[in-house]
Amino acid sequence: MSKYLLNKFLFTVDRDPDLVERYRTDPVGTVQWWEAGEANRILNCISQEQSTWLRFEEAERAALAAHDYPKLFELGAHPFLTLTLFIAMFERDYPEPLGFQKDYAARLAHFAQPYPDIAT
Amino acid sequence: MATVCAVIASTHHPFYYRASTATGGARPPFADEWVAKIEKFRETLTRARPDVLVMVGSDHFHQLWLDNMPQFLVGKAPVYDANFYNEEREFGLPRLLLNGHEDLSAHVLRNGLDAGFDLAFSNELRIDHSITCPIITLRPEADLPIVPIYTNIFAPPLPQPKRFVELGQAIRHIIAAWPEDLRVAVIGTGHLSLELGGPRQFGEHGPDPHFDRRAVDWIATGALESCLSEVTLDSLHAPGNATHGFMDFMLMMGVAGENAKADYVDTLDLFHTMEAYFTWYPTGGVA
Repeated sequence: MSKYLLNKFLFTVDRDPDLVERYRTDPVGTVQWWEAGEANRILNCISQEQSTWLRFEEAERAALAAHDYPKLFELGAHPFLTLTLFIAMFERDYPEPLGFQKDYAARLAHFAQPYPDIAT
Repeated sequence: MATVCAVIASTHHPFYYRASTATGGARPPFADEWVAKIEKFRETLTRARPDVLVMVGSDHFHQLWLDNMPQFLVGKAPVYDANFYNEEREFGLPRLLLNGHEDLSAHVLRNGLDAGFDLAFSNELRIDHSITCPIITLRPEADLPIVPIYTNIFAPPLPQPKRFVELGQAIRHIIAAWPEDLRVAVIGTGHLSLELGGPRQFGEHGPDPHFDRRAVDWIATGALESCLSEVTLDSLHAPGNATHGFMDFMLMMGVAGENAKADYVDTLDLFHTMEAYFTWYPTGGVA
C-alpha cells in the first residue's frame, strides 16, 4: 500500500489549476505522466535530489485513472484531499448547490465504521 | 505584564464568507441569522480591546505536508500571507495579509520549549482558513498582529487529546508571563462532529447531534475532566471522520481553565455541521 503516494498525487494536483483541468479531462494520461515524472519529486528539494522508490500499486493507479473516489476511500486515501479535488473537478456538473457533495456521500453509503485506516 | 483579555473558541466554517456577502437569489436562507449571530459574537472580542491575537488553528494540507509534518507549530514571522488557491476556488475566500507579532512568537516558542513542548516553528508561513475564518468573523478589519499556532488534527498519528489540553494550559501561563503591557486575546477554532469525504457528509445537520450537544456542554462549563474521560483518539472517529478537530476546542478549554464557565455561548444548527461560539473573560470582566 502506498497511501502516501495516493495522497501526494491528490495534494499536488489539487493545488495546481492546470493540473486539476488536465486530470478532469485526461485521467489516464495524467496519472501516467505524474507517476513517471512527479511521484519521486521531494517537494522541498531540487530535482537532482528526488526519491527513487515511489510507485503506485495497480489498484491505486487504476482507482486514480478511473476517478473512482469510493475506491480511493476504500484504499485509505485521505478523505479531505479526495473530496477537495473531486469537488474542484465535478461540482460544476451538478445543477443544484451541493449536488455533487450529496451524491458523493451516497456513493460511499456502503461504508460502515470503522472506516478504512488513513494513517500513512 | 500581559493580560489575557479574552479566550475565544469557535468553529471555522469556510462557507460563512460567501454566505454573508451573497445577495439576491444567491443569498442562502440561513445567511441573515448566521450574520446576526456572528456580529454578536464579534462584539465579545471587540469589547475585550485586544492588542494582539494568538490564533490556534490547523493547516488543511496547504503548506504543511506528509513529508515533514509537525504536531504543534508556532509561526514566527513579521507578516503572514493568507488563504490558498483551493480556498478561493471552493469557498470564495479572499486573500489576506496579516501582520505578525514576532516578539510574542519568540516568547511562546522559548517558553513552550522550556515547558516540555517540542514546538516546531516557521519563519515563512502562509496561513489558511482555520485562522482566516475567525479573522473574517471576529476581526474583519484584520488590523491586529497575530501569533499563529498550528496543531495537527488532520494527519495521523496525532497527539493525544490530553496533550492539546496541556498545551492550552501552557499557552495561558506563557502569555500571562509575557512582560509586555499588552492585552492578548487567544482565539482557537476547531470542529464539533464533522464528516468530510465520507458517507455522512453534507447532511441536514452535523453527523452526530448527540455528540455536538455533549461537546457544547463540556466547553461551556469547562468540564475538562469529564471531556478527557470520554474523548480519545479512537472515540473521535465515531461522531464523524473529521471530528478530531474537536481537540482544538479541548486546547482552548485548557487555555480557559478547568471548570471555567464561558461568559458567552451560542450555537447555530446548520446543514453539514453545527456552529458553536464561546468567549471567556479570564479577568472576570473586560474593564
